[in-house]
Amino acid sequence: MKGKRRIALLALALLLGLLVAACGPAPAAAPPAAATPKAAEPTKAPAAAAPSQKGTIKVVSVSPLSGAQSALGEQIKLGAQLAVEKFKKPIEDLGYTVVFEPQDDQASPDVGVAVAKKLVADADVVFVDGHLNSGVAIPSSEVYKDADLAMVSPANTNPKITDRNYANVSRIVGRDDVQGPAGAQFAINELKAKTVYIIHDKTAYGQGVAEFFRKEAEKLGAKVLGFEGTEEKANFDPIINPIKAANPDVVYFGGIYDQGGVLLKQMRDKQVKSIFIGPDGLDSSEIVKIAGPAVVGAYYTTVAGPPSAYPDAADFAKEFKSKYSKDVESFGMYGYDVMRIGLVAIESAIKANGGNKPTRKQVSSAVRAVKDFKGITGTINFNSKGDPTVAKYFVLKFDKAEYPGSVVKTLDVAAP
Amino acid sequence: MQTETVAPTRAVSRGIFSSQMLRTLFAPLGQLAIWTVGTAVVLSLVVLLLALIFRTSSSGVDRFTLVLSILPQVIVDSMVLGFVYAMIALGYTMVYGVLEFINFAHSEIFMIGAVVGAEVLISLSEAKALENFNPLLLILLIIAAGMAVSGLVAVVVERVAYRPLRNAPRLVPLISAIGVSFFLQDLVRMLESIWRNAFYRTYPDVPSFSQRISFGDTLDVSYKSIIVVVAAIVMLLALNYLVGATKIGKSIRAVAQNRATASLMGIDVDRAIALTFLVGGALGGAAGVLYGLRFSTINPYTGFIPGIKAFTAAVLGGIGNITGAMLGGIVLGFLETFGASYLSIFTEGAFGAEYKDILAFGILIIVLIFRPKGLLGEVVGERA
Repeated sequence: MKGKRRIALLALALLLGLLVAACGPAPAAAPPAAATPKAAEPTKAPAAAAPSQKGTIKVVSVSPLSGAQSALGEQIKLGAQLAVEKFKKPIEDLGYTVVFEPQDDQASPDVGVAVAKKLVADADVVFVDGHLNSGVAIPSSEVYKDADLAMVSPANTNPKITDRNYANVSRIVGRDDVQGPAGAQFAINELKAKTVYIIHDKTAYGQGVAEFFRKEAEKLGAKVLGFEGTEEKANFDPIINPIKAANPDVVYFGGIYDQGGVLLKQMRDKQVKSIFIGPDGLDSSEIVKIAGPAVVGAYYTTVAGPPSAYPDAADFAKEFKSKYSKDVESFGMYGYDVMRIGLVAIESAIKANGGNKPTRKQVSSAVRAVKDFKGITGTINFNSKGDPTVAKYFVLKFDKAEYPGSVVKTLDVAAP
Repeated sequence: MQTETVAPTRAVSRGIFSSQMLRTLFAPLGQLAIWTVGTAVVLSLVVLLLALIFRTSSSGVDRFTLVLSILPQVIVDSMVLGFVYAMIALGYTMVYGVLEFINFAHSEIFMIGAVVGAEVLISLSEAKALENFNPLLLILLIIAAGMAVSGLVAVVVERVAYRPLRNAPRLVPLISAIGVSFFLQDLVRMLESIWRNAFYRTYPDVPSFSQRISFGDTLDVSYKSIIVVVAAIVMLLALNYLVGATKIGKSIRAVAQNRATASLMGIDVDRAIALTFLVGGALGGAAGVLYGLRFSTINPYTGFIPGIKAFTAAVLGGIGNITGAMLGGIVLGFLETFGASYLSIFTEGAFGAEYKDILAFGILIIVLIFRPKGLLGEVVGERA
């Protein structure tokens, strides 16, 4: 009996220890909890000093902060955080406390909707900078729509995001029905591909962009040798074997780097020599870590070019690096610009409302009313759907096993 | 553990090389070879026949040449996947043989092996020590590391989560196993997050493993695939020796047959069960390392799908039966890879590789309807 009790005690002590460890400096486990006080603290002192305290305004970023895609999601969060710290002053001068709350949607539609419901329930939340994944943003924005909560996406490229014509949902990046065809045009016109083989990840984003690629490729006269969806993350052998037999000029992968990188690596392992092209889901330094030297020669299209492609982003990149000791990647800049648009819109909504706290609807329409906003990613105007009137599209190539690739082509395309 | 019940009880005293001893060791290997070749031949004939019947596709592609051209590669890939499943399945089947319960935490034991292997290899590559290593030594080192940690974790799990429940109703340890499974997943995620700030781990490239042998255009085999198959066969031989020809094995078999009687005969039942977990866990760990080596990217949730597949393999082979588990793994690996490789060729993309599991499990259901005890099994039935 004694022995048993001792073991029970030991187990208890172990559990407690784990709990303490979990609440401690777990960096990836609990970033929102760790980051919130940082954003909130400096605001307290001036708020107390301000003559009139009219309440709190919360702005949030929603992106995957844990899981395979957290590398991209973290960028959005940090970009947004930097924007809040730098540009909250005008709103605080109007007598409000600005609080930034990063949220984690885990790149999962279920979690995204749950987070959206939580945000809608908090009356102080007036602006959402997110999401990363179209498949998460589409159901989540249904929740925002019912509450008129403004959401501006720094990353979602699926046409459905804005094609639903919701007054509160906008984005500052391009669309898959331009990005996919742009990839196909590049493959067929510039790389002279005659045959293509398409793999996608069965999500709204991956399959969507893959289908636009297929349509355009067929229109341009290329032969589509295969069109396959897979949720596989490790063993791509059975998918690669038919590709090898078909020997296409180009393999297009519609999806995210966590699958794309492994697929690319195993393809090269199996001596498949076809040119590899993917959409902006591959646009992360992680793909180089996963695929290693296999990444050399691969192309990707993106709606968010590398910082070097934007003349105005150099200072921002330096500031980002010194602040977070991390290199800024494309979505960091877009997360930053989105949050700045949000802050500008909130400010003008407060002013329009006679200094009183604006409703969510007022903020949403103020977002759309933003004219000629000079962001680091370009000048942004929204059209009636919420798309940017002109968006940039890039084609990049990995010349060596280093992220980001070098820009091969830049296109400015008006929203369809 | 059926194959071993005929094992010679006096073999040990008669010396290592008695003919019976050799039969204990190598008969399962022969059976394995027959089933591997048999499955490969049957499935190849089926796809080739189908390709002959539906020879031209609507877009004018000759299916027969297409099918034939990738066939050797598909067979090799099937074998590799099959051997990985087989090694994981051994852990399920051994525990079932002894305790008659399904250790659902085994998929996490497998994952821990994969993570340990990755971390050892990553640490070595960060210390720039990879080049100086003899490749053979390196393989043995990472497999040994994975086996040691996984085996120990399995023993601890048994001690903490299963032994106190040994006399409880059968469903109770099952629930405990599911709990342990979740616990281990998130424990590994937490530890990796604290230590490395990332829990998606990629096996670094070891140049000497990335080499490959090419046989013309149709087939090339990477060293990694050969390592997986050879390691799996060596493990099976070692396991057969351990269970069939040593005192430890005899005690495990005795406990599997009848726990109460075994204890009356002076066998330490707790020790025999702990040993079962140690051996099964170590095999799972080795499988994890090989899986990571072959498929490169792993995470704390990697274990789930291969675990479920391996459990299925164990049932297909006849749960409780060691050779059966191996055969089940091989057959499942073949069904899955053939399905994934050929479905889209025959359906012109309407049903692609993502339907491989439906095909594989559909066939499994049919097999189990006609052979409810599994391919070789005898233990399954009223209890499973």
